[in-house]
Amino acid sequence: MIEAHCLTKRYGSKTAVEDLSFTVRPGIVTGFLGPNGAGKSTTMRLILGLDAPTAGHVTVNGRPYAMHEAPLREVGAMLEARAIHTGRTAYHHLLALAATTGIPRQRVNEVIDLVGLREVASKRAGGFSLGMGQRLGIASALLGDPATVILDEPVNGLDPEGIRWIRNLLKSLAGEGRTVFVSSHLMSEMALTAEHLVVIGRGRLIADTSVEEFTRSAARTVVRVRCPDIDRLKGLLAGPDVTLTACAPYTLEVVGLTTDQIGYTAADHGLTLLELSPQRISLEEAFMELTRDAVEYRSTAAGEPVAARSAS
Amino acid sequence: MTTILTRPLGATVRPGKVTLLRVLRSEWIKLRTVRSTSITLLTAVAAMVGLGMLVTHLRAGDLNAREVAHFNGAEVSLSMYRPAQLAVGVLGVLMFTGEYSTGMIHATLTAVPRRLPMLVAKAAVFTGVVLVLMTAASFAAYFGGQAVLSSTHAHLSTHLSDPGVTRVVFGTALYLTVVGLFGVALGAIIRSSAGAIATLVGILLVLPGLGALLPADWAQHIDPYLPSNAGQAVLSVVPDPAMAPWTGLSLFAGYAAALLGLAAWLLKRRDA
Repeated sequence: MIEAHCLTKRYGSKTAVEDLSFTVRPGIVTGFLGPNGAGKSTTMRLILGLDAPTAGHVTVNGRPYAMHEAPLREVGAMLEARAIHTGRTAYHHLLALAATTGIPRQRVNEVIDLVGLREVASKRAGGFSLGMGQRLGIASALLGDPATVILDEPVNGLDPEGIRWIRNLLKSLAGEGRTVFVSSHLMSEMALTAEHLVVIGRGRLIADTSVEEFTRSAARTVVRVRCPDIDRLKGLLAGPDVTLTACAPYTLEVVGLTTDQIGYTAADHGLTLLELSPQRISLEEAFMELTRDAVEYRSTAAGEPVAARSAS
Repeated sequence: MTTILTRPLGATVRPGKVTLLRVLRSEWIKLRTVRSTSITLLTAVAAMVGLGMLVTHLRAGDLNAREVAHFNGAEVSLSMYRPAQLAVGVLGVLMFTGEYSTGMIHATLTAVPRRLPMLVAKAAVFTGVVLVLMTAASFAAYFGGQAVLSSTHAHLSTHLSDPGVTRVVFGTALYLTVVGLFGVALGAIIRSSAGAIATLVGILLVLPGLGALLPADWAQHIDPYLPSNAGQAVLSVVPDPAMAPWTGLSLFAGYAAALLGLAAWLLKRRDA
């Protein structure tokens, strides 16, 4: 369980995370989503106490991370920057980390086998490929058999086999009742692995919702309509929950009405339709739309000339 | 892959509390599993013993009567602490900068989030390893140097029981260890190898040179108290009247302790 309350982090004049509150629950995979530079890594550093928040606080399993007596037992983390001394072998890297909480050698060998690094365990980590580095990072994260697992962009640099392995690993960790918090900038990846989503943009919370809910709201259908008398059709379709966008001559994109409703309305008023086609918005597009909105919202809030805008 | 996955995690794991002893063990593993440790320490030992004997041989070669009066076989045999201090200092610096430059510091601080035990453990492990090794190297350099002298210039060689000699031999090891601790502290404070090594060289070698440029009546009040001048007071067989040997070394260690204190404060306070 991770609970963030009104987290704010500023580096000089730059605000990386602003007033961020969310809860990550055990037993499910929670995706932490946002475009590059949204503040995902910063938030993870705040959770682990690597950086101190400017305001607000965050607890892991009920306490600030640093207050736990056996921190590796509480949280296993892999941050985006590879946290490995390039001159040390994978085995010794894990052994040194394990020693801090008295984790036995046997467990070190166990996680090496688990992530599939047996053959290169005695090689220096500096020569590892990106994918091998990720696997070693995941081995470090699992070393203490932690109740909470935090992984920053774990699929980066992995081959398809590795990506599938991560997906299964995350699900099985959550299935064992652990809290799993995984960041990504790829909506499609999260749609496959996560059950819950925390979405941020420019350091602010945009959505804290289940993947199911997000998919349902995002996968609303857009209907494309082409009609010679488009202005009249526009008047007939307009309504409180309906969005109409002119996208080409005589062509509208309608959100909020089904193809049936549009077809009957047109027939009732004797209008000829040249095209009536439903188009699905992909999750990725929905995600981009969501984060773009947040960016716009933010620049207005930061003191843009709002009056000039509403006048135009 | 899937068969491994379905195996329950953590059948063998029962991690306990983070204790200073465990962090010490972790830092000991870290220190002995990177190449820079053996490279810098071998360099230091080779300089102390190998160069020490060579220099003793060369310096004793042709001395006139006046030079013989000023020649001290113990000091000359240990004089290669000068290059050795750079090697030891670099190892000290790398204790921290090796972690900051590679990102390892994140893993370390995630394992030891209270941070200070990690600094204490690094300094302790470093002190233990370097003190033991440099004591051995100092004795080796001393005996090696005396062996060179007794084979060619027996009248110049000294004995451990001569006044001040044992102090200088142990003092050399202690001086080198404190130099290394300066490096540890500077590495933690500055976080970059280049910056920390440059600062260490500045403190050890450049500062005394600048002190020498001061007007004479200032210099006598400042020069003996500069870090490396104070530390090197323990390396004179005949004590310097301006600074007693152990007082000087204590002052030198005090500077290092102050820097380590600053490092601790910054480590606790700064973002990693």
